[in-house]
Amino acid sequence: MSNTGINWFKYSSPQAFHLLAGRMIPWFSVVSIGLILIGLYIGFFVAPTDATQGDAYRIIFVHVPAAWMSMFLYVIMAIWAGIGLGLNARPSFMMAQAIAPTGAMFTFLALFTGSMWGKPTWGAWWVWDARLTSELILLFQYIGIILLRSSIDDLRRADRASAVLALVGVVNVPIIYFSVKWWNTLHQGASVSITAAPTMAGTMVTAMLVMMFGFWMYSIAVTLARVRCVIADRERLPSWGKQASMADVAEAR
Amino acid sequence: MKPRQKRFVLIGLGLVALAVAAALVLNAFQSNLVFFYTPTQAANGDVPQGRSFRIGGMVEAGSLTREGDGLTVHFVVTDMAKRVPVTFKGILPDLFKEGKGVVAQGQLRADGGFFASEVLAKHDENYMPPEAADALAKAKTAGTQSSSTLVVNPR
Repeated sequence: MSNTGINWFKYSSPQAFHLLAGRMIPWFSVVSIGLILIGLYIGFFVAPTDATQGDAYRIIFVHVPAAWMSMFLYVIMAIWAGIGLGLNARPSFMMAQAIAPTGAMFTFLALFTGSMWGKPTWGAWWVWDARLTSELILLFQYIGIILLRSSIDDLRRADRASAVLALVGVVNVPIIYFSVKWWNTLHQGASVSITAAPTMAGTMVTAMLVMMFGFWMYSIAVTLARVRCVIADRERLPSWGKQASMADVAEAR
Repeated sequence: MKPRQKRFVLIGLGLVALAVAAALVLNAFQSNLVFFYTPTQAANGDVPQGRSFRIGGMVEAGSLTREGDGLTVHFVVTDMAKRVPVTFKGILPDLFKEGKGVVAQGQLRADGGFFASEVLAKHDENYMPPEAADALAKAKTAGTQSSSTLVVNPR
Protein backbone atom coordinates (compact mmCIF):
# COMPACT_ATOMS: atom_id res chain seq x y z
CA MET A 1 0.00 0.00 0.00
CA SER A 2 2.77 2.43 0.89
CA ASN A 3 4.46 2.22 -2.51
CA THR A 4 1.45 3.76 -4.22
CA GLY A 5 2.26 7.07 -2.60
CA ILE A 6 -1.28 7.40 -1.29
CA ASN A 7 -1.90 7.56 2.42
CA TRP A 8 -4.89 5.22 2.63
CA PHE A 9 -5.36 5.71 6.33
CA LYS A 10 -6.29 9.29 5.59
CA TYR A 11 -9.64 7.96 4.39
CA SER A 12 -10.43 6.38 7.74
CA SER A 13 -11.28 9.92 8.81
CA PRO A 14 -14.95 10.60 8.04
CA GLN A 15 -14.21 14.08 6.70
CA ALA A 16 -11.68 12.84 4.15
CA PHE A 17 -13.88 9.91 3.21
CA HIS A 18 -16.83 12.24 2.72
CA LEU A 19 -14.86 14.06 0.03
CA LEU A 20 -13.54 10.87 -1.60
CA ALA A 21 -17.03 9.30 -1.68
CA GLY A 22 -18.40 12.43 -3.33
CA ARG A 23 -15.84 12.15 -6.09
CA MET A 24 -16.46 8.42 -6.72
CA ILE A 25 -20.28 8.49 -6.84
CA PRO A 26 -20.67 9.84 -10.43
CA TRP A 27 -18.31 7.18 -11.84
CA PHE A 28 -20.07 4.26 -10.20
CA SER A 29 -23.48 5.72 -11.14
CA VAL A 30 -22.61 6.05 -14.82
CA VAL A 31 -21.06 2.57 -15.01
CA SER A 32 -24.02 1.01 -13.20
CA ILE A 33 -26.61 2.65 -15.48
CA GLY A 34 -24.60 1.56 -18.54
CA LEU A 35 -24.24 -2.05 -17.36
CA ILE A 36 -27.91 -2.36 -16.37
CA LEU A 37 -29.05 -1.00 -19.75
CA ILE A 38 -26.71 -3.40 -21.61
CA GLY A 39 -27.78 -6.31 -19.39
CA LEU A 40 -31.48 -5.61 -19.93
CA TYR A 41 -30.94 -5.29 -23.67
CA ILE A 42 -29.10 -8.63 -23.90
CA GLY A 43 -31.66 -10.25 -21.59
CA PHE A 44 -34.75 -9.08 -23.43
CA PHE A 45 -33.62 -8.86 -27.06
CA VAL A 46 -30.53 -11.04 -27.59
CA ALA A 47 -31.02 -14.02 -25.26
CA PRO A 48 -33.12 -16.83 -26.77
CA THR A 49 -36.58 -17.85 -25.59
CA ASP A 50 -36.53 -20.75 -23.15
CA ALA A 51 -37.71 -24.14 -24.43
CA THR A 52 -40.05 -24.94 -21.52
CA GLN A 53 -40.98 -21.58 -20.00
CA GLY A 54 -41.16 -19.37 -23.06
CA ASP A 55 -40.56 -15.69 -22.37
CA ALA A 56 -41.70 -15.93 -18.74
CA TYR A 57 -38.19 -16.95 -17.72
CA ARG A 58 -36.78 -13.54 -18.69
CA ILE A 59 -37.50 -12.15 -15.24
CA ILE A 60 -34.48 -14.23 -14.21
CA PHE A 61 -32.27 -11.36 -15.41
CA VAL A 62 -33.57 -9.20 -12.56
CA HIS A 63 -34.48 -11.92 -10.07
CA VAL A 64 -31.20 -13.81 -9.79
CA PRO A 65 -28.84 -10.77 -9.71
CA ALA A 66 -31.11 -9.17 -7.08
CA ALA A 67 -31.05 -12.33 -4.98
CA TRP A 68 -27.25 -12.58 -5.29
CA MET A 69 -26.87 -8.94 -4.22
CA SER A 70 -29.21 -9.41 -1.26
CA MET A 71 -26.93 -12.12 0.14
CA PHE A 72 -23.65 -10.49 -0.93
CA LEU A 73 -24.56 -7.12 0.61
CA TYR A 74 -25.52 -8.83 3.86
CA VAL A 75 -22.07 -10.44 4.10
CA ILE A 76 -20.36 -7.12 3.30
CA MET A 77 -22.51 -5.37 5.92
CA ALA A 78 -21.62 -8.05 8.49
CA ILE A 79 -17.90 -7.69 7.67
CA TRP A 80 -18.07 -3.91 8.21
CA ALA A 81 -19.96 -4.51 11.44
CA GLY A 82 -17.31 -7.01 12.57
CA ILE A 83 -14.45 -4.63 11.73
CA GLY A 84 -16.32 -1.87 13.54
CA LEU A 85 -16.69 -4.01 16.67
CA GLY A 86 -13.06 -5.15 16.57
CA LEU A 87 -11.41 -1.82 15.84
CA ASN A 88 -14.00 0.44 17.48
CA ALA A 89 -13.99 2.28 14.17
CA ARG A 90 -16.85 4.69 13.53
CA PRO A 91 -16.53 4.75 9.72
CA SER A 92 -16.99 0.96 9.60
CA PHE A 93 -20.27 1.24 11.49
CA MET A 94 -21.29 4.03 9.16
CA MET A 95 -20.65 1.78 6.15
CA ALA A 96 -22.70 -1.03 7.74
CA GLN A 97 -25.49 1.45 8.41
CA ALA A 98 -25.36 2.73 4.83
CA ILE A 99 -25.49 -0.74 3.22
CA ALA A 100 -28.56 -2.05 5.10
CA PRO A 101 -31.35 -0.22 3.19
CA THR A 102 -29.88 -1.20 -0.21
CA GLY A 103 -29.63 -4.82 0.91
CA ALA A 104 -33.23 -4.73 2.10
CA MET A 105 -34.29 -3.25 -1.25
CA PHE A 106 -32.60 -6.04 -3.22
CA THR A 107 -34.08 -8.69 -0.92
CA PHE A 108 -37.53 -7.24 -1.52
CA LEU A 109 -36.85 -7.07 -5.27
CA ALA A 110 -35.78 -10.73 -5.30
CA LEU A 111 -38.92 -11.80 -3.41
CA PHE A 112 -41.18 -9.61 -5.55
CA THR A 113 -39.80 -10.74 -8.92
CA GLY A 114 -39.73 -14.33 -7.66
CA SER A 115 -43.41 -14.08 -6.85
CA MET A 116 -44.14 -12.74 -10.33
CA TRP A 117 -42.16 -15.63 -11.80
CA GLY A 118 -43.70 -18.27 -9.55
CA LYS A 119 -47.31 -17.66 -10.60
CA PRO A 120 -46.93 -18.41 -14.34
CA THR A 121 -44.44 -21.27 -13.89
CA TRP A 122 -45.20 -23.10 -10.63
CA GLY A 123 -48.81 -21.96 -10.42
CA ALA A 124 -48.44 -20.19 -7.06
CA TRP A 125 -47.41 -16.68 -5.97
CA TRP A 126 -45.83 -17.96 -2.81
CA VAL A 127 -44.98 -21.31 -1.24
CA TRP A 128 -43.36 -21.95 2.14
CA ASP A 129 -40.38 -23.87 0.87
CA ALA A 130 -36.91 -23.54 2.42
CA ARG A 131 -35.47 -21.16 -0.20
CA LEU A 132 -38.36 -18.69 -0.18
CA THR A 133 -38.78 -18.76 3.59
CA SER A 134 -35.08 -18.21 4.34
CA GLU A 135 -34.96 -15.30 1.87
CA LEU A 136 -38.02 -13.78 3.58
CA ILE A 137 -36.19 -14.13 6.91
CA LEU A 138 -33.27 -12.22 5.36
CA LEU A 139 -35.65 -9.33 4.60
CA PHE A 140 -36.81 -9.37 8.23
CA GLN A 141 -33.16 -9.38 9.36
CA TYR A 142 -32.40 -6.27 7.31
CA ILE A 143 -35.52 -4.54 8.64
CA GLY A 144 -34.67 -5.64 12.19
CA ILE A 145 -31.15 -4.24 11.95
CA ILE A 146 -32.42 -0.91 10.58
CA LEU A 147 -35.12 -0.68 13.26
CA LEU A 148 -32.79 -1.67 16.11
CA ARG A 149 -30.34 1.05 15.11
CA SER A 150 -32.99 3.73 14.89
CA SER A 151 -34.57 2.71 18.19
CA ILE A 152 -31.41 3.42 20.24
CA ASP A 153 -30.58 7.09 20.73
CA ASP A 154 -26.98 6.65 21.88
CA LEU A 155 -24.97 6.28 18.65
CA ARG A 156 -22.24 4.05 20.13
CA ARG A 157 -24.76 1.66 21.64
CA ALA A 158 -26.83 1.69 18.44
CA ASP A 159 -23.71 0.85 16.40
CA ARG A 160 -22.73 -2.05 18.65
CA ALA A 161 -26.21 -3.52 19.03
CA SER A 162 -26.95 -3.51 15.30
CA ALA A 163 -23.46 -4.83 14.52
CA VAL A 164 -23.98 -7.81 16.83
CA LEU A 165 -27.39 -8.47 15.25
CA ALA A 166 -25.85 -8.26 11.77
CA LEU A 167 -23.09 -10.72 12.71
CA VAL A 168 -25.50 -13.19 14.30
CA GLY A 169 -27.74 -13.10 11.23
CA VAL A 170 -24.93 -14.03 8.85
CA VAL A 171 -25.64 -17.73 9.48
CA ASN A 172 -28.75 -17.34 7.33
CA VAL A 173 -26.76 -16.56 4.17
CA PRO A 174 -25.32 -20.08 3.63
CA ILE A 175 -28.73 -21.49 4.58
CA ILE A 176 -30.37 -19.47 1.78
CA TYR A 177 -27.70 -20.44 -0.71
CA PHE A 178 -27.64 -24.17 0.02
CA SER A 179 -31.33 -24.59 0.87
CA VAL A 180 -32.09 -25.96 -2.60
CA LYS A 181 -29.39 -28.60 -2.14
CA TRP A 182 -30.07 -29.60 1.46
CA TRP A 183 -33.83 -30.00 1.31
CA ASN A 184 -36.64 -30.84 -1.09
CA THR A 185 -37.77 -27.46 -2.36
CA LEU A 186 -40.09 -26.28 -5.08
CA HIS A 187 -37.45 -23.72 -6.03
CA GLN A 188 -35.03 -25.07 -8.64
CA GLY A 189 -31.30 -25.44 -8.04
CA ALA A 190 -28.56 -23.00 -9.02
CA SER A 191 -27.98 -22.57 -12.77
CA VAL A 192 -24.71 -20.73 -12.33
CA SER A 193 -22.20 -21.69 -9.67
CA ILE A 194 -18.47 -21.50 -9.14
CA THR A 195 -17.98 -25.25 -9.09
CA ALA A 196 -19.95 -26.36 -12.16
CA ALA A 197 -20.54 -25.25 -15.72
CA PRO A 198 -23.67 -23.11 -16.11
CA THR A 199 -26.79 -25.01 -17.14
CA MET A 200 -28.09 -22.26 -19.37
CA ALA A 201 -27.35 -20.81 -22.79
CA GLY A 202 -24.27 -18.57 -23.04
CA THR A 203 -26.07 -15.29 -23.79
CA MET A 204 -28.37 -15.88 -20.82
CA VAL A 205 -25.38 -16.21 -18.49
CA THR A 206 -23.82 -13.09 -20.02
CA ALA A 207 -26.98 -11.05 -19.45
CA MET A 208 -27.22 -12.26 -15.86
CA LEU A 209 -23.58 -11.47 -15.07
CA VAL A 210 -23.77 -8.01 -16.69
CA MET A 211 -26.90 -7.27 -14.65
CA MET A 212 -25.13 -8.47 -11.51
CA PHE A 213 -22.18 -6.13 -12.11
CA GLY A 214 -24.65 -3.33 -12.83
CA PHE A 215 -26.46 -3.95 -9.53
CA TRP A 216 -23.10 -4.17 -7.81
CA MET A 217 -21.99 -0.76 -9.11
CA TYR A 218 -25.42 0.66 -8.24
CA SER A 219 -25.03 -0.65 -4.68
CA ILE A 220 -21.64 1.01 -4.34
CA ALA A 221 -22.92 4.34 -5.70
CA VAL A 222 -26.00 4.36 -3.47
CA THR A 223 -24.08 3.21 -0.41
CA LEU A 224 -21.50 5.95 -0.89
CA ALA A 225 -24.24 8.54 -1.31
CA ARG A 226 -25.91 7.28 1.84
CA VAL A 227 -22.70 7.12 3.86
CA ARG A 228 -22.13 10.78 2.98
CA CYS A 229 -25.49 11.59 4.53
CA VAL A 230 -24.63 9.47 7.57
CA ILE A 231 -21.28 11.25 7.97
CA ALA A 232 -22.86 14.66 7.55
CA ASP A 233 -25.53 13.76 10.08
CA ARG A 234 -23.24 12.27 12.68
CA GLU A 235 -20.34 14.64 12.36
CA ARG A 236 -22.73 17.59 12.40
CA LEU A 237 -21.38 18.76 9.08
CA PRO A 238 -23.48 20.73 6.65
CA SER A 239 -24.70 18.39 3.92
CA TRP A 240 -25.39 21.34 1.67
CA GLY A 241 -23.19 23.98 0.12
CA LYS A 242 -19.91 23.69 -1.70
CA GLN A 243 -17.32 21.00 -1.04
CA ALA A 244 -14.77 23.40 0.45
CA SER A 245 -16.99 23.99 3.44
CA MET A 246 -16.12 20.49 4.70
CA ALA A 247 -12.52 21.42 5.29
CA ASP A 248 -13.57 24.74 6.79
CA VAL A 249 -15.77 23.01 9.34
CA ALA A 250 -13.07 20.45 10.13
CA GLU A 251 -10.69 23.32 10.82
CA ALA A 252 -13.19 25.23 12.85
CA ARG A 253 -13.54 22.27 15.18
CA MET B 1 -2.61 -9.74 23.24
CA LYS B 2 -3.76 -6.23 22.50
CA PRO B 3 -7.39 -5.45 23.40
CA ARG B 4 -8.08 -5.02 19.70
CA GLN B 5 -6.86 -8.53 18.85
CA LYS B 6 -8.78 -9.87 21.82
CA ARG B 7 -11.99 -8.36 20.44
CA PHE B 8 -11.43 -9.93 17.03
CA VAL B 9 -10.78 -13.34 18.64
CA LEU B 10 -13.98 -12.97 20.67
CA ILE B 11 -15.95 -12.08 17.53
CA GLY B 12 -14.43 -15.07 15.71
CA LEU B 13 -15.20 -17.47 18.56
CA GLY B 14 -18.74 -16.10 18.76
CA LEU B 15 -19.29 -16.74 15.05
CA VAL B 16 -17.88 -20.29 15.33
CA ALA B 17 -20.19 -21.05 18.28
CA LEU B 18 -23.09 -19.61 16.33
CA ALA B 19 -22.29 -21.73 13.27
CA VAL B 20 -22.16 -24.89 15.39
CA ALA B 21 -25.47 -24.02 17.06
CA ALA B 22 -27.08 -23.32 13.68
CA ALA B 23 -25.77 -26.60 12.26
CA LEU B 24 -27.20 -28.56 15.21
CA VAL B 25 -30.58 -26.84 14.96
CA LEU B 26 -30.79 -27.43 11.20
CA ASN B 27 -29.81 -31.05 11.69
CA ALA B 28 -32.63 -31.45 14.20
CA PHE B 29 -35.10 -29.80 11.82
CA GLN B 30 -33.93 -31.87 8.85
CA SER B 31 -37.06 -33.98 8.58
CA ASN B 32 -39.45 -31.05 9.11
CA LEU B 33 -37.95 -28.86 6.43
CA VAL B 34 -38.98 -30.96 3.44
CA PHE B 35 -41.38 -29.23 1.12
CA PHE B 36 -42.65 -32.51 -0.27
CA TYR B 37 -42.37 -36.26 0.24
CA THR B 38 -41.35 -38.70 -2.46
CA PRO B 39 -43.53 -41.62 -3.66
CA THR B 40 -41.06 -44.01 -2.00
CA GLN B 41 -41.63 -42.31 1.35
CA ALA B 42 -45.38 -42.53 0.78
CA ALA B 43 -45.11 -46.24 0.01
CA ASN B 44 -43.04 -46.86 3.16
CA GLY B 45 -45.54 -44.98 5.32
CA ASP B 46 -43.04 -42.20 6.20
CA VAL B 47 -45.67 -39.53 5.51
CA PRO B 48 -48.10 -37.73 7.84
CA GLN B 49 -51.15 -39.94 8.38
CA GLY B 50 -54.61 -38.47 8.16
CA ARG B 51 -53.57 -34.94 7.29
CA SER B 52 -52.60 -33.00 4.22
CA PHE B 53 -49.05 -33.15 2.85
CA ARG B 54 -47.26 -32.63 -0.45
CA ILE B 55 -45.96 -35.30 -2.73
CA GLY B 56 -43.37 -34.59 -5.40
CA GLY B 57 -41.91 -36.42 -8.36
CA MET B 58 -42.19 -36.74 -12.10
CA VAL B 59 -45.45 -37.03 -13.96
CA GLU B 60 -45.16 -40.49 -15.49
CA ALA B 61 -45.16 -40.33 -19.29
CA GLY B 62 -48.50 -41.42 -20.74
CA SER B 63 -50.29 -41.49 -17.39
CA LEU B 64 -52.34 -38.29 -17.78
CA THR B 65 -56.07 -38.85 -18.38
CA ARG B 66 -58.97 -36.39 -18.26
CA GLU B 67 -62.51 -37.12 -17.23
CA GLY B 68 -65.55 -36.00 -19.21
CA ASP B 69 -66.06 -32.85 -17.12
CA GLY B 70 -62.75 -31.52 -18.45
CA LEU B 71 -61.55 -30.53 -14.98
CA THR B 72 -60.83 -33.77 -13.19
CA VAL B 73 -57.47 -35.23 -14.14
CA HIS B 74 -55.67 -38.40 -13.19
CA PHE B 75 -51.92 -38.86 -13.40
CA VAL B 76 -49.18 -40.87 -11.77
CA VAL B 77 -46.36 -39.31 -9.75
CA THR B 78 -43.22 -41.40 -9.79
CA ASP B 79 -39.67 -41.26 -8.47
CA MET B 80 -38.61 -44.15 -10.74
CA ALA B 81 -38.91 -46.52 -7.77
CA LYS B 82 -42.55 -46.18 -6.59
CA ARG B 83 -45.69 -44.76 -8.18
CA VAL B 84 -48.57 -42.86 -6.64
CA PRO B 85 -51.79 -42.29 -8.63
CA VAL B 86 -53.07 -38.74 -8.16
CA THR B 87 -56.56 -37.35 -8.72
CA PHE B 88 -57.01 -33.59 -9.06
CA LYS B 89 -59.96 -31.40 -9.91
CA GLY B 90 -58.93 -27.96 -11.09
CA ILE B 91 -56.74 -26.07 -13.48
CA LEU B 92 -53.23 -27.40 -13.97
CA PRO B 93 -50.32 -24.92 -14.19
CA ASP B 94 -49.01 -24.15 -17.68
CA LEU B 95 -45.73 -25.97 -17.12
CA PHE B 96 -47.47 -29.18 -16.03
CA LYS B 97 -46.31 -31.82 -18.48
CA GLU B 98 -45.75 -35.54 -18.65
CA GLY B 99 -42.14 -36.36 -17.86
CA LYS B 100 -41.68 -33.09 -15.93
CA GLY B 101 -41.53 -32.32 -12.22
CA VAL B 102 -44.68 -31.82 -10.16
CA VAL B 103 -45.58 -31.17 -6.53
CA ALA B 104 -49.13 -31.96 -5.42
CA GLN B 105 -50.73 -31.12 -2.08
CA GLY B 106 -53.49 -33.29 -0.70
CA GLN B 107 -54.30 -36.41 1.26
CA LEU B 108 -53.49 -40.06 0.84
CA ARG B 109 -56.57 -42.24 0.74
CA ALA B 110 -56.85 -45.73 2.18
CA ASP B 111 -56.54 -47.34 -1.25
CA GLY B 112 -53.12 -45.74 -1.81
CA GLY B 113 -54.43 -43.05 -4.18
CA PHE B 114 -53.64 -39.39 -3.58
CA PHE B 115 -56.39 -36.80 -3.73
CA ALA B 116 -54.80 -33.44 -4.54
CA SER B 117 -56.24 -30.04 -3.68
CA GLU B 118 -53.41 -28.11 -5.34
CA VAL B 119 -50.94 -28.99 -8.08
CA LEU B 120 -47.71 -27.03 -8.65
CA ALA B 121 -45.27 -27.48 -11.52
CA LYS B 122 -41.61 -27.84 -10.59
CA HIS B 123 -39.20 -26.77 -13.29
CA ASP B 124 -35.47 -27.42 -13.33
CA GLU B 125 -32.51 -25.05 -13.49
CA ASN B 126 -31.79 -25.66 -17.19
CA TYR B 127 -32.61 -22.86 -19.60
CA MET B 128 -32.01 -23.27 -23.31
CA PRO B 129 -33.46 -22.22 -26.65
CA PRO B 130 -36.00 -24.66 -28.19
CA GLU B 131 -33.53 -25.75 -30.90
CA ALA B 132 -31.00 -26.80 -28.26
CA ALA B 133 -33.72 -28.62 -26.33
CA ASP B 134 -34.71 -30.54 -29.48
CA ALA B 135 -31.11 -31.47 -30.21
CA LEU B 136 -30.66 -32.61 -26.62
CA ALA B 137 -33.83 -34.68 -26.74
CA LYS B 138 -32.65 -36.41 -29.89
CA ALA B 139 -29.20 -37.07 -28.48
CA LYS B 140 -30.52 -38.52 -25.29
CA THR B 141 -32.35 -41.77 -24.78
CA ALA B 142 -35.81 -41.34 -23.34
CA GLY B 143 -36.15 -41.48 -19.58
CA THR B 144 -32.85 -39.96 -18.58
CA GLN B 145 -32.91 -36.47 -17.13
CA SER B 146 -30.42 -33.66 -17.36
CA SER B 147 -30.97 -31.99 -13.99
CA SER B 148 -29.24 -33.06 -10.82
CA THR B 149 -31.61 -31.25 -8.47
CA LEU B 150 -34.91 -32.14 -10.02
CA VAL B 151 -37.15 -34.29 -7.95
CA VAL B 152 -35.75 -37.67 -8.84
CA ASN B 153 -32.22 -38.97 -8.84
CA PRO B 154 -32.02 -41.96 -11.14
CA ARG B 155 -30.51 -44.85 -9.26
